[in-house]
Amino acid sequence: MLETLIERIRAAHDTRSPLIIHGGGSKTFYGGADEGEVLGTRKLTGIVDYQPKELVLTARAGTPLADIEAQLADQNQMLAFEPPHFGGGATLGGSIAAGLSGPRRPYAGAARDFVLGVRMIDGTGQPLRFGGQVIKNVAGYDVSRLMVGALGTLGLITEVSLKVLPKPAAESTLQFELDEAAAIEKMNQWAGQPLPLSATSWHAGLLSVRLSGAASAVQAAQARLGGEPVRDAAAFWLRLRDQTTPFFDIRSSSSGQSLWRLAVRPTAPPLTVSHRLGGDAQWIEWGGAVRWLISDRPAATLREAAQSAGGHAILFRGTAPHDGAFTPLAPALLSVHRKLKQRFDPQGIFNHGRLYPDF
Amino acid sequence: MLSPAFITQLRRLLPEHCVLNEREDLLPFESDGLAAYRNTPDVVVLPENEAQVTAILQLCHRHKVAVVARGAGTGLAAGALPVDGAVLLVLAKLNRIKAIDPLARTAVVEPGVRNLAISEAVAAHGLYYAPDPSSQIACSIGGNVAENSGGVHCLKYGLTVHNIQKLRAWTIDGQLLEIGNESLDAPGYDLLALLTGSEGMLAVITEVTVKLLPRPERAQVVLAAFDDVAKAGAAVGNIIAAGVIPAGLEMMDRLAIQAAEAFVHAGYPLDCEALLLCEVDGVNEEVSADIYTVRAVLEASGATEIRTADSEEQRLKFWAGRKAAFPAVGRLAPDYYCMDGTIPRAQLPHVLNRIREMSAEFGLAVANVFHAGDGNLHPLILFDANQPGELAKAEQFGGRILELCVDVGGTITGEHGVGLEKINQMCAQFATPELVRFHDVKAAFDPEKLLNPGKAVPELHRCAEWGAMHIRGGQLPHPELPRF
Repeated sequence: MLETLIERIRAAHDTRSPLIIHGGGSKTFYGGADEGEVLGTRKLTGIVDYQPKELVLTARAGTPLADIEAQLADQNQMLAFEPPHFGGGATLGGSIAAGLSGPRRPYAGAARDFVLGVRMIDGTGQPLRFGGQVIKNVAGYDVSRLMVGALGTLGLITEVSLKVLPKPAAESTLQFELDEAAAIEKMNQWAGQPLPLSATSWHAGLLSVRLSGAASAVQAAQARLGGEPVRDAAAFWLRLRDQTTPFFDIRSSSSGQSLWRLAVRPTAPPLTVSHRLGGDAQWIEWGGAVRWLISDRPAATLREAAQSAGGHAILFRGTAPHDGAFTPLAPALLSVHRKLKQRFDPQGIFNHGRLYPDF
Repeated sequence: MLSPAFITQLRRLLPEHCVLNEREDLLPFESDGLAAYRNTPDVVVLPENEAQVTAILQLCHRHKVAVVARGAGTGLAAGALPVDGAVLLVLAKLNRIKAIDPLARTAVVEPGVRNLAISEAVAAHGLYYAPDPSSQIACSIGGNVAENSGGVHCLKYGLTVHNIQKLRAWTIDGQLLEIGNESLDAPGYDLLALLTGSEGMLAVITEVTVKLLPRPERAQVVLAAFDDVAKAGAAVGNIIAAGVIPAGLEMMDRLAIQAAEAFVHAGYPLDCEALLLCEVDGVNEEVSADIYTVRAVLEASGATEIRTADSEEQRLKFWAGRKAAFPAVGRLAPDYYCMDGTIPRAQLPHVLNRIREMSAEFGLAVANVFHAGDGNLHPLILFDANQPGELAKAEQFGGRILELCVDVGGTITGEHGVGLEKINQMCAQFATPELVRFHDVKAAFDPEKLLNPGKAVPELHRCAEWGAMHIRGGQLPHPELPRF
């Protein structure tokens, strides 16, 4: 399988033919439209090595996330960055290439924080291996993490080694009726205290807080924080992770509306761009650091709002503006990006247009 | 040598006391924490603000003069070793804490701020900066970013790369790179990860935004003795398999235990082959539950003695021996050479056996100190630099240990970096195609190779020569010659 992929990439390099890397197809909506022949990874499956005592799992890129999570669950372990599956069929390679993380991210770390090593094929068809299967490794530049979130534009990921963590013994979710400003303040205050937080969400006047840890620790925190315990909370966080609640379905919104993800300073006060829409058009996650908006405002307005709150905006679902789904980079950064792209994929064959319109 | 005309131009950019080129002023900068490698710099500049840094970089770029950036100089891999004909750019005077945001849990600091000074400055808010390299009293955050420094708490709290969120960095041609932002991610490639651990090869950092964590409510440590190193190694895996992620999990072997006990009288048991220190921290109830689990696992794993520190005083005493392990071992011989390989933990008994065999072969004693939780091994090779050939022998032995780490699936450096010290072993860890891509990454930032030349990533011809030398039974020809 690997040989076939290498041959196809070499041929594409020689003829400058664009390729679209395709895993489970669960995130095709994410990023700009790309063009070319499909290069599938679904046959590149299998867990290569899993040592629960080492907290390390290595699997091929096309392995379904669900298979990996099932194996981990058997040993009472998990992927702590809680990667979204979205429509289902999500693969490990796609999750790492997209670099997306779920509700646990602000408290446990992002996809990139758990990547220990990758095997990949660059744009010339050269197989490469960076990082490894050990938790501490500072030999050479951190190319493994450079691949996380690069959306396949620097190469095809063929295998990933991840740090995994034990599943918490107990979890509990509490809800509080709070307005947006008060909820943002609470989430940040609590994050600065020794509390076993593992997820936070605010929508339509309701703050939800998940606690994870030893049963006694979760109980003690619950007693301290108050709030209403939520039944069937696991399903609530799963729907948020995979965006299966109606809020995220822009097909049900009026035409011209898109789903925007504004990443901001977690303490940023309520964004004025969300006001006109009313409370129900916003969903806050990650302790205040992510504000999901259903909006028909121009990209420039939303990007400006995110940037003045210390972050950036992504057109997550909907029609991407002419300059792409992601906030454009400052010239000096863009120049470094182009040079890296040029070195790893000199003919520009991988996922052209997915990250930025011109590469 | 740099020309007097160039030095005159440097002097025009900076106040007089910020440019050193008298021999007696230069000597303190001739090495970093790895004193076996020394080279007197041509000139040392100590800028006091960012504008001076960029002016220096632009001048050097215009004249094609190389620049070696240095923080506090506590590095252990000769990464900040001066290079002939280069400017040594010391960032220690950029030492202001510019902002603390307790609610957002971040601090904006200049690169010369000491690691521990950050935690001290934010302590009043109940916060701290998690990475704690053993040099944290002295080492600076800029150097921590350059080396991706760790510490005894990395298994639970991560390395520097997990604990920073924004950098201001300058390329050698004076372009500002603002990397990361105040949210939890940034658009485009993860240049924050790429710069972290890049050993001063890509850009010069003038500002770091670090993430702060709430101080744990409670920390408690358990000490366990074993009559067999392999049993201690297995116990480490068993603790993790039981679902506990200790804040610190350290192992010492017999020689290290005895040296530490003789030095600080921590009360360590002496009739054992290995000692484990397992610290758990967090919420009060969580710590109680974890201590219970850890004790049970240690018992089931065959510990000959288990003690739980029942006061803060005793906790610090348990740690005192481990924290003093390096200087304690330093009392056993005139010199010691600290290695930094990382291995999959399951390989520990095999690796320690091989180190013991090699110790006999080289005729040099080794004490082993081990960040057991994350597989980071620090063998300390004892030698006497005044005995002709012993330094070369120690270095050769060290090189063999690192190659052993690579052979069992590990790495040549877990937290100290490559610098100049481990540049040959990079050839053992990486094949030519990966090294080519590393040079490509370098070229994307610094095509003229002016930043820290000759460090971190070996030139391909160097690996070819080293490989050719290396094949002969692991014996380098002319071991008496310095190889850098």
